[in-house]
Amino acid sequence: MSHLPLWPLEASAHSGEVDRLVIGLVILSILLSAPVFILMAAFAVKYRRGRTADRRHRIDHNMALEVSWAVIPFLLLLVFYTWSTELFLELRHPPADALEIDVVAKQWMWKFQHPGGQREINDLHVPLNRAVKLVMASQDVIHSLFVPALRLKQDVVPGRYTTLWFKADKTGSYPLRCSQFCGTDHSLMGGHLYVLSASDYARWLEQSKVDGSLAAQGATLFRDRGCSGCHGAASTVKAPSLNGLFGRPVPLENGQVVTADEQYIRDSILLPQSQIAAGYPHIMPTFQNVLSEDDVLKLVAYIKSLATLTPERSR
Amino acid sequence: MTDLSMPKERPDPHNIEDRGLSETPAQRESYLRAGNTLGSWFFTTDHKRIAVLYLISVTFFFFIGGAAAALIRIDLLEPNGTILTNEGYNRAFTLHGVIMVWFFLIPSIPNTFGNFLIPLMIGARDLAFPRLNLASWYIYVLGGLCTVYVLIAGGVDTGWTFYTPLSSMFAHGQVVMAATAVFIVGFSSILTGLNFIVTIHKLRCPGMTWGRLPLFVWSHYATSLILVLATPVLSITLALIAAERLFGIGVFNPALGGDPLLYQHLFWFYSHPAVYIMVLPALGVVSELVAAAARKPVFGYKVVAGCSIAIAAIGFLVWGHHMFVSGQSPYASAVFSFLSLAVAVPSGIKVYNWTATLYKGHVAIDPPLLFACSFIGLFVVGGLTGLILAMLAVDVHVHDTYFVIAHFHYIMVGGTVAAYFGALHFWWPKITGRLYSLAWGRLSALLIFLGFNLTFFPQFVLGYLGMPRRYHHYPPEFQVWNVFSSTGSSILAVTYLLPFLYLFYSLRYGDAAGPNPWGATGLEWTVPSPPPKHNFEETPTVSGPPYDYPMEFEERP
Amino acid sequence: MTDHASDPAAPVLPYSDPEQQREAAFLGMYVFLGSEIMLFGGLFMTALVMRVLHPHEVVETSKELHIWIGGINTAILLTSSFAVAAAVHAARAGVGRVSAWLLAGAAALGIAFLALKGVEYSLEFRDGLLPGVSYPERFSGPVERLFMDLYFISTGLHALHVTVGIALLLIVSRSVATGRIVLPQRAIVVELGGLYWHLVDAIWIFLYPVLYLAR
Repeated sequence: MSHLPLWPLEASAHSGEVDRLVIGLVILSILLSAPVFILMAAFAVKYRRGRTADRRHRIDHNMALEVSWAVIPFLLLLVFYTWSTELFLELRHPPADALEIDVVAKQWMWKFQHPGGQREINDLHVPLNRAVKLVMASQDVIHSLFVPALRLKQDVVPGRYTTLWFKADKTGSYPLRCSQFCGTDHSLMGGHLYVLSASDYARWLEQSKVDGSLAAQGATLFRDRGCSGCHGAASTVKAPSLNGLFGRPVPLENGQVVTADEQYIRDSILLPQSQIAAGYPHIMPTFQNVLSEDDVLKLVAYIKSLATLTPERSR
Repeated sequence: MTDLSMPKERPDPHNIEDRGLSETPAQRESYLRAGNTLGSWFFTTDHKRIAVLYLISVTFFFFIGGAAAALIRIDLLEPNGTILTNEGYNRAFTLHGVIMVWFFLIPSIPNTFGNFLIPLMIGARDLAFPRLNLASWYIYVLGGLCTVYVLIAGGVDTGWTFYTPLSSMFAHGQVVMAATAVFIVGFSSILTGLNFIVTIHKLRCPGMTWGRLPLFVWSHYATSLILVLATPVLSITLALIAAERLFGIGVFNPALGGDPLLYQHLFWFYSHPAVYIMVLPALGVVSELVAAAARKPVFGYKVVAGCSIAIAAIGFLVWGHHMFVSGQSPYASAVFSFLSLAVAVPSGIKVYNWTATLYKGHVAIDPPLLFACSFIGLFVVGGLTGLILAMLAVDVHVHDTYFVIAHFHYIMVGGTVAAYFGALHFWWPKITGRLYSLAWGRLSALLIFLGFNLTFFPQFVLGYLGMPRRYHHYPPEFQVWNVFSSTGSSILAVTYLLPFLYLFYSLRYGDAAGPNPWGATGLEWTVPSPPPKHNFEETPTVSGPPYDYPMEFEERP
Repeated sequence: MTDHASDPAAPVLPYSDPEQQREAAFLGMYVFLGSEIMLFGGLFMTALVMRVLHPHEVVETSKELHIWIGGINTAILLTSSFAVAAAVHAARAGVGRVSAWLLAGAAALGIAFLALKGVEYSLEFRDGLLPGVSYPERFSGPVERLFMDLYFISTGLHALHVTVGIALLLIVSRSVATGRIVLPQRAIVVELGGLYWHLVDAIWIFLYPVLYLAR
């Protein structure tokens, strides 16, 4: 009966696994609590005040019993703990070949950017049976991307990138919602996740209006905002080369060595003084009030596309 | 000590000196009549009068928070709202949370029943610092007035959790004032906890060793430890939010190098132990109610006492379970998940021990027991769903949904409020010197249990289906469950009002309660009902174990 | 119940003997001080986390603090604590005048502490280091800025406690001098006030190295 839904839709193998875990936990809960309800009722009736019953040899403690009803439930819980933690840790390790889609959350809408440059607002189209990794940024407050059918959510925190990956294995449309209270229109911030077969997805990609791939848009920004002035090949300014940078280790001024991942690129653009690369002057200005999170994600995509080029000789 | 030579039947209505149409002789000599001016109440240092002052103010805030809840449930009858705008709805749930947590749940049992009973239970004449006790009440009232101001001045719409940067940088509304109100009431909590700790350490009468303390006192001791150690962390966190809002200091602002997650760590470091502040006193009450109803010592007294301390201690180590999807390290999350399972074990032990207490007892099916059973049933569901939430992979799905709301309402409302009502029904004769209608009391307990389940069980389903919390608009397919829930809440509203009717009736027309209408153990039942101002004629001496009910009976099977 | 006015050492309700009352008063003060430690605990935790995650920036910014002013302030507070300890000793011995003067002296040292702190803040204000008045380029990074914010909040909160402590010392000093507090029977008032001052000092003993000596 569609008016009285009892169970959310299932869109991935992970959802099924979570459901099995929950059902197991509910059964365990019933096992642990039913004795309490049954026995309390039974005792209240059998030993009712004024009623004759065998009350001889009352005991008021029994260490063996108390230890067992502490330890046994705990051990049973540990079984579920192990299962649940393993499942959770899988969520933290997206496969290397996942399709990456960028997400920007702001009050009160979701913006999705496909690598080919296709943009969506509030709705997200993904292909069936393909790992999808969402790289998410917030423009303002903490939001959270929630897709009940996937049994997944992840907070989107301003100032950092958070990720969420999934592999949907059933076509269909599934609700997508914001689940971290973010202000007045929090309950209106959402749309649908559309899981399309491979051919439908390809058709959708073609039909969507595109201003150029994400990386190409990033390249345009790179020129228009003056980044190439210092980081371009023809520059005389001492600035790190961005070719072959993404994914490589970067020695910092303070002796630490960090990996040039999305967060590093983002912080270099918005908070340039926070991690100075060793041997370079402190002259990069901040683009905090100049670039939005969307723009930064495009630049990140562009710099990623340079990852396979050879770095220029240091100047 | 208490006369337990013969198990007593229910209170004898003929054992009175007048039929209760005017005050009883016991009342005349009691703390209630020691001074009749307003000043003697508002400047009292008598812990019993302060308890009554708290009882009245806590009830007042319960109704304001309840009114906010009513608005919420009425509004959720329709997927697109009925009487509130988006902002109005957000303000309603924020107010509901702030008032219920800090102005009702936290003070409810400790400041009314704890204040009234702890000195009586340990054989003392008052708390260690009577004037500090009165100051605590005034500070509480001041915090409450600030909250009423916030309400009138347009409210605040950040949720009771005040997450940054929403609260520090984006929210409109009276954030600083609300933070100030909570900051102020935090001092009331800290001073109460301090008072209880010193009282329990230093004012026990001769022979009242730690191993003879009623479990109610043990629970309040554990609660006081949390009150004193955790509340200051909330104070500094609120001060930091105010500083961010007023002076632009960037501790939680990522654009200035701050960290929104730091706020969550600081907030939950207090707020998780805070939920144990809300539940430990209730656990103590239930121990007393079950022992008295069964006329039998609580099974495993020492273990149950130790469990109170264990809950308080482990409760400080689990705050990260509110942050599994916040961006927190997955390995930290795994540790918090494990510890959250551990903290459930002492609570489970208590529930099993209470069940064992009824075995071979002399069980009276009176309102206190029914409220205690209501507590146990609902607390168990709440606690087990807490375990479900502690499982990482499940939490990823149900975090920030109605599943969480159902979980904590099962514990806070199904649990603590049931225990609060149970305490009210058990110690009412002691506090007022009057007996009330047991039949009405039993009806109340039953209706509250039913109304509660109808209100909150559908929310577990809604949560798993994917309805997020703090949602004014919801998908139409969730409407039927929401209507069930709202219907239940209307029943709850009526049944919460019911005790006021028959309890107030008893104030005027109830039979006089003798010193020990329930035939229970405990020093509080050895003094007249209501107690005289100085509690004991002379300081009592204790020589027997707690819950000194006879253990051997000659009974035919 | 004996009349408190006639015998100042007599226990008040609900206590039945003076030793019990004394112990309760001390326990109460210790519990209160414990809560104050937890109040600063949140700030110390934040400082610790910052130190562990960003050691380099913390060290750099710590160098901007005025280590000598801080050092002199530390000496001032330690001396004032010594004065308070001596005042407690005098109170127990019943020597009211000496006790009152020592307490007032400690309060004066406290005022000197605050004055120097004010001078220090004004220097930092001029330098653009304090939150609210600093400009974005003043710091080479956000962590440095956060450290200065933390410095300001912690020392500000501490200064607030010093102010309360000064008021407390002055009130007790005056009460002892006018005989309102009868010594040595009511020496406990001086002892408890002294405990509060010692806590204020102790917090500074931790704040100083955490903030100034991080270099």
